[in-house]
Amino acid sequence: MDEMRYEAPETLDAAVALLAGADGDARILAGGTDVLVLLHSDMIEPGLLVDIKKIPELTSIAVEAGGFRVGAAVSAMELVEHDAFSKAWPGVIEGVKLIGSIQIMGRATMGGNLCNASPAADSVPALIAAGAIGTIVGPEGRRDVPVEDIATAPGETSLGKGEILVSFLFPPRPPHSGDAYRRFTPRTEMDIAVVGVGISLSLDDGGTCQAARVVLGAVAERALLVEAAAAALIGTPLDEAALERLAAAASAACRPIDDKRGTKEFRIKVAGVLARRAAQDALERARGN
Amino acid sequence: MARSHVTTTVNGDEYEFLCDAEQTLLDVLRDELFLTGTKEGCATGDCGACSVMLDGRLVCACLVLGVEAAGKLIETIEGLAHGDELHPLQQKFLEHNGAQCGICTPGTLIAAKALLAVNPDPSETEIRYWLAGNLCRCTGYDKIIRAVMAAAEEMREGRS
Amino acid sequence: MTITQDDLRFDPDRKLKVVGTTPIKPDGVDKVTGRAKFGADTHLPGMLVGKVLRSPHAHAIIKSIDTSSAAALAGVKAVVTRDDFPELPPGEFRDISSNCMAREKAFYDGHAVAAVAATSERIAKKALKLIEVDYQVLPHVIDVMDAIKPDAPILFEDMVTKGMDPAPDGPTNILQRKEFTMGDVDAGFAEADIIVEREFDTKPMHQGYIEPQACVANFTEDGQTELWCCTQGHFVFRTRLAAVLKMDISRIRVTQSELGGGFGGKTMFYAEPVAILLSRKANRPVKITLTRNEVLRATGPVAGTHSRIKMGMTKDGRFTAAEAELYFQTGPFTGSAFANAPQAMFTRYDLQNIRAVGYEVVSNRPKVNAFRAPCVPQVVFGVEGVIHELARKIGMDPIDLRLKNAATEGYKTIYGATFGPIGYVETLEAAKAHPHYTAPLGPDQGRGIATGFWFNRGGETTASLNITPDGTVTLLLGNPDVAGSRVSICMMAAEELGIPVDKVRPIIGDTSTLGFNRVTAGSRVTFSAGMAIVLSARKAIETLCQRAAMMWDVPEDGVVFEDGHVRPASSNVGDFEPLSIADIAKKATETGGPIAGHAEIVAEGAGPGFGCHIVDVEVDKETGAVKILRYTVVEDAGKAIHPHQVEGQYQGGAVQGIGWALNEEYIYDKDGRMENAGFLDYRIPVASDVPMIDTVIVEVPNPLHPYGLRGVGEVPLVPTMAAIANAIDDAIGIRPRSLPMSPPKVLKLIEEAEMSRDQA
Repeated sequence: MDEMRYEAPETLDAAVALLAGADGDARILAGGTDVLVLLHSDMIEPGLLVDIKKIPELTSIAVEAGGFRVGAAVSAMELVEHDAFSKAWPGVIEGVKLIGSIQIMGRATMGGNLCNASPAADSVPALIAAGAIGTIVGPEGRRDVPVEDIATAPGETSLGKGEILVSFLFPPRPPHSGDAYRRFTPRTEMDIAVVGVGISLSLDDGGTCQAARVVLGAVAERALLVEAAAAALIGTPLDEAALERLAAAASAACRPIDDKRGTKEFRIKVAGVLARRAAQDALERARGN
Repeated sequence: MARSHVTTTVNGDEYEFLCDAEQTLLDVLRDELFLTGTKEGCATGDCGACSVMLDGRLVCACLVLGVEAAGKLIETIEGLAHGDELHPLQQKFLEHNGAQCGICTPGTLIAAKALLAVNPDPSETEIRYWLAGNLCRCTGYDKIIRAVMAAAEEMREGRS
Repeated sequence: MTITQDDLRFDPDRKLKVVGTTPIKPDGVDKVTGRAKFGADTHLPGMLVGKVLRSPHAHAIIKSIDTSSAAALAGVKAVVTRDDFPELPPGEFRDISSNCMAREKAFYDGHAVAAVAATSERIAKKALKLIEVDYQVLPHVIDVMDAIKPDAPILFEDMVTKGMDPAPDGPTNILQRKEFTMGDVDAGFAEADIIVEREFDTKPMHQGYIEPQACVANFTEDGQTELWCCTQGHFVFRTRLAAVLKMDISRIRVTQSELGGGFGGKTMFYAEPVAILLSRKANRPVKITLTRNEVLRATGPVAGTHSRIKMGMTKDGRFTAAEAELYFQTGPFTGSAFANAPQAMFTRYDLQNIRAVGYEVVSNRPKVNAFRAPCVPQVVFGVEGVIHELARKIGMDPIDLRLKNAATEGYKTIYGATFGPIGYVETLEAAKAHPHYTAPLGPDQGRGIATGFWFNRGGETTASLNITPDGTVTLLLGNPDVAGSRVSICMMAAEELGIPVDKVRPIIGDTSTLGFNRVTAGSRVTFSAGMAIVLSARKAIETLCQRAAMMWDVPEDGVVFEDGHVRPASSNVGDFEPLSIADIAKKATETGGPIAGHAEIVAEGAGPGFGCHIVDVEVDKETGAVKILRYTVVEDAGKAIHPHQVEGQYQGGAVQGIGWALNEEYIYDKDGRMENAGFLDYRIPVASDVPMIDTVIVEVPNPLHPYGLRGVGEVPLVPTMAAIANAIDDAIGIRPRSLPMSPPKVLKLIEEAEMSRDQA
């Protein structure tokens, strides 16, 4: 494709029509922090770029059904600045804050971070751990899917032609709930997760874990929701033995590769370490509310 | 295909330019508007040398399209000083030798200004994390951090 | 009597008004306002965009290049390939030319093979895709030790190792061998009670300057070339461009921009001759700006090394002998400056018996380039590790052991020079006295120290100092200011002339304005250009005195220059009001014309520099992550002309070393392609990775410089990786011997240390 067309529709219908009707490669531009890098390094050559930031539904944060609905194109910085959301989902915010620098956060979006489908995406483990639901609109209408079913492999999603991820619905939080995200990177910032762990859990009044979701990033072709790891926590007060089992289950679930960012062996070991640390963070938060 | 016609505001002045769809705001600032104070270090959002404010948000100009600038307010290093009066950050960078080679300085100053707008009294650690997206290879960051702390202090005193 | 540099000696009794203070630098305001013009900031009317096509193969014969479709594309104004470069005899300039544009073979992923100039970047990029290159891909080799294996792919079939006796009987990848010896090493080791011998590896790293190389070339119809570029040495660029392009030196005028970091990496050009050739073909100015990807794939990395280092010591802690075998990666062409390493690695210890052998090895990586103390930090990583172990073995404090063996004035070095007054002992004593050295450490924390040396350099330097009609002063300098030399040179001029520093304004002249200046490198500029400007100032003062004597009609020896004024030498001369520089300048036309001083020298007498670093680390024993908690650089500056600039060198060098120590490395895929050619995965330290870097400026004056200064740019990097490795040992009980000390590697060491503890 010789020249790329840029469109910035103001309605979802118009955006869907543009994407569905495009010949050749059409891409969505949200924050642009991934797609513009791919574009300028000639990794992609789309004929059409559809900027979705002018569509209100994609850029708003609202309370819905006791939880939150967050537009997929809300910038990371806006979400971080949203006090009520940040208070409810500190672990999600931890992930969002690690998407990149302040500059990157000014543009990058959680929807883009998910749909770019990097297994190492920092906001995704906590997003999945939160049990968020993605709302997708396309030529066939609207559908809701658990967020863990959206990214399928590096660079690939379950979205069909013309479909757009519109928003995330975060469920209401029971009392004594907490979430956390921990990642390992060689640098403190400006790095891609070598391993990431998101955990969300709820305790009963006696401090026993009632529900938990444990998600690993950067250790497989996509973020993994590890039920065995959650099972290690549920029914326990997150004592040392439970944390040991959690770490072992997390390490066992890894199926990483050796790549420029880390070795297989290292990732497996550190996944267990981080799962334990994230669980302790989440526990402390759950006890605090 | 025709290039897009864009009207935008940079440092309070209205500018019009034509650009291709794939041209970035950084390309436009430097090559169309000749505002070369905003630097390119990587063009992938990893170094912060092209930091500008876009409608009040700190962004990398290399990760914004020129066409997206339509109707927006952009602030660049060229707008930091008022007439012949340097911004306190600029003054402190001079006094503390916060600019060594100077290539990262414009982006770092813009980022630091954005920090002080939301946090007038940042700790050393807060400054370091906020400026993590502004790579500097000369200074080891020490004098940059000190300059930002000194500017913050002066600006707080100026306010009270 | 004409003043020469031999007259410029340090005067300890001189009272200083400007030197030692911290005025705002003359280039400061432009740098904080965005006004400063860097390499990519030049725009010329009618300028075209140049882009370079690069080899995707690490090693390949270039069978043919078809540029016809690219040349036919609308908007393309010129295409250049190897056929446009003049043929040159084997040697330095053919190597340089072949690195800028591949000839028979592409030697690394990113090696330039063709270039285009077009009316827009989009068209230029499209044109590159239309160039058809027929490659015959060859087996490749990246690592230095792999490259010397008997079955390694050979880069040059006709390359026979130089400096080997007997010469090898066939081609190898070892380009040259150099040996340096002093004393009797075997006897020295026989005298030793304790011998430690270890092997070390370091990885190539990139200088990591934030400004990618950029240039604009304008070739005119009468064969003149103007070039604007970011460079550490525009005069050297000019000389080499003339050789590579077979042009008269005087027909090339190079104007240096502000330099957005270089650290050695901008001592050599890459796209500049390509831009000139494109401009010649297109008859229009051509600008080439490298992308970060190109910078990392095709410009100056630092040599990776393998080294074997052995040292002997008596049981009371006296070093008896040292031996080293060193291998340096240089990319496909010579350029590592590896001979620095055997000459500098042990130099600071009072060793009489040394044998150090270095080998420069080619492989399929970009041609290496200089970086702060080229090739020395890599081997000091090993030397200071061996000494760290020796100290442990006899239970001696590591600074005390170094003090016991410190070289002092009168020591004859392995490179032949005898030390004059040096500050190694003073540096060690200052480190030992620093509160950091005895501060308590917490769990999982460790402390390390290491020391380093650099020769410091002088060389060809020119300068001109002009006194304007109102008595203010302009300086014309010939060296790009890599960070702080301009202000320091202005300060020395102001001190000489007795005027405030803001009355002195410098510019750095292009290559047509001054005589030849050696490149800004080796910590030479503030020293050498300082010398040249002091000499210029003293010549101008001589003239000022003559003019004043003329104005007063007294003999020339009847006047003296003091505090910015010419005064009668005594009351016998007469009763005259002192004349300021402005008073004399005002009358310059009547007294003989404009007043100036200039100097063209080969600066000599650079005083060696020594540093000692103290670092505290904390190791996360579960992940291998190393955090730098506290860092102190102690270094002899001779005299800090502008302390902030000196501190900036210390701090910046240390943080570059922290990057090299912990994370920076090139990662290649199985085909020899660089996988981390961007700032996201080529991990230089960010602000949140490091603490404040404390500094102690030791001042043991260099007697051969009028202000006593020593170069300070190289030493701050030299001991860094060694100090961090020694600190990691202190924290985990095992001393890393391979860089980078990245989390997976440190985690493995922790496991090893735990295993050996369990077995014990």
